[in-house]
Amino acid sequence: MKSKPTYSLKFTFIISLLFLAFLINLSLGSVDIPLLDIVKTLFGDTSIKDSWQNIILDFRLPKAITAILVGSGLSISGLLMQTLFRNPLAGPFVLGISSGASLGVALLILGTSAFLGASATLSISNLSIALAASLGAFLVLAIVMLIAKNIKNTMSILIIGLMFGSFTAAIISVLAYFSSAESLQQYVFWTFGSLGNLAWNEITILFTLTFLSLLLLLSIIKPLNSLLLGENYAVSLGVNLKKTRNLTMIITGLLTGVITAFSGPIAFIGLAVPHLAKLLINTSDHRIIVPAVAIIGAIVMLFSDTIAQLPTSEYTLPINAVTSLFGAPMVIWLLIRKRKTY
Amino acid sequence: MKENATNIILKTNDLNIGYQHKKQVFCVASHLNASLARGKFVCLLGKNGIGKSTLLRTLTKVQPKLGGQIQIDNKELETLSTIELAKKMSLVLTEKIPENNLTVYELIALGRQPYTNWIGTLSDEDKKYVDLAIQQTHIEGIANKKYTELSDGQLQKVMISRALAQNTTLIILDEPTAHLDIQNKVEIYKLLKTLCENYQKTILISSHEIHLALQLADQLWLMNEKGIITGNTKSLIEDGSVSNLFASNLVTFDANSKQFVINTN
Repeated sequence: MKSKPTYSLKFTFIISLLFLAFLINLSLGSVDIPLLDIVKTLFGDTSIKDSWQNIILDFRLPKAITAILVGSGLSISGLLMQTLFRNPLAGPFVLGISSGASLGVALLILGTSAFLGASATLSISNLSIALAASLGAFLVLAIVMLIAKNIKNTMSILIIGLMFGSFTAAIISVLAYFSSAESLQQYVFWTFGSLGNLAWNEITILFTLTFLSLLLLLSIIKPLNSLLLGENYAVSLGVNLKKTRNLTMIITGLLTGVITAFSGPIAFIGLAVPHLAKLLINTSDHRIIVPAVAIIGAIVMLFSDTIAQLPTSEYTLPINAVTSLFGAPMVIWLLIRKRKTY
Repeated sequence: MKENATNIILKTNDLNIGYQHKKQVFCVASHLNASLARGKFVCLLGKNGIGKSTLLRTLTKVQPKLGGQIQIDNKELETLSTIELAKKMSLVLTEKIPENNLTVYELIALGRQPYTNWIGTLSDEDKKYVDLAIQQTHIEGIANKKYTELSDGQLQKVMISRALAQNTTLIILDEPTAHLDIQNKVEIYKLLKTLCENYQKTILISSHEIHLALQLADQLWLMNEKGIITGNTKSLIEDGSVSNLFASNLVTFDANSKQFVINTN
């Protein structure tokens, strides 16, 4: 009896696709650089034109790495939430994390404008925005988890997260009403999302925290699999439900919190990629689907970013718009196609 | 029932069950004394709302008891960790499994979780138990299908197979034959009976299939307003306990055919 189908072919395919997406992402932009020179630069060849080296090493490479980390992290968070809440519509932001981050940033930008005048907002640095977003995300996560402590029904946590979303949106509206047009614009730009603003030291922070989250994630792979049967069956298999629930929320909070802090609230990826991965890999086993989701998340993010740059033009689209504009119809199409095979 | 103590898998002593909300206590049933002996197929019968589900939920540690004692394998239920309990007792519940991509084999293999390593790798021994469970429930033909493709009857066999893979002496099933046609009902009952006879499993099920229970169960737990009556199926039929359980102006028990019949007038 065949106990486990082999997935190596599919993984070879998506890993190749990841490399391809990475190279395409690096080679397309407002300046035309030959692919060979890009590869040479990556391998440390210093004979390439200095300006090209700068573009590749200080602009395109950090952006591509950010795209990989953001895409993987958000997609894994989405998968965790979908398993925990057994709801295909759950995404990385259902715990109110992006609302918290948005509130933090809104308080910083719009608050500065309201109290210190519109000109003061120009002096707000990238890192302080990231810090405000992290604080906001962490605060909301802490409150949701504190309330969740006394709640037996996991579904209620989903609703609490959604309520926090509405609540923070309302506060942001009030803040926005009293702010200047310039600061409002700055806030709106943040909500568009951006992958290109990260310096190497910020990428190091992003990488370290993503890596730590993934290490933590390893410890709950097994209970996540038993949760596929529902909570009562999971407990009957020896799962410590509270611990698993808390760890899942902490990992999701850490991943989405730090990603949102650095790149803004990037929509859609976390919701859609787990579905894409499950359609492609056709398994629910977390030992297989987690790496698949991470790789596919990175691919989708790299392609979205490539499209957002509008190759050969000088304009860039907001990444948040691209992920939804191209992603949503794609998922609908995939689901319709899947239906037909039944 | 006189069994020697080591043969008793599950025992309740003056058990009170019900719900507690803040300081309010809703007692569903009290002073319940019952026990399960190794290798027996036992059916829990009773009217709707009498507390069968509450009793099963309490015995399986899903909800806390209000008082009294529950012993599993001579140990207090509360002192057992979830993982220890998972090696002594497996469940088949009425709740639906959330939709996912699991195959039948993967679903059954999840029953090995109390024994597998930190990431859930199946050892050769685990695979042996999974194969045995598949064989015991005669579902070899569907092992590689997705569980979402199964009929209700097949799915119930898979869930029993999963419980078997958990390799526990005690299996508790909550209304395992609800929603099934007569063919599947009989098949499941016979399967459970065989598991007790051939593999020394101890099985407790709650059920409304009185007819099948009376024919196949070794013992009955009859739950009424006053508490619980336990005993061998035959003696409980003879002393009228079964008849009293559901008898009303609508139905009467016919001891010959072992079923309740509708009163004609």
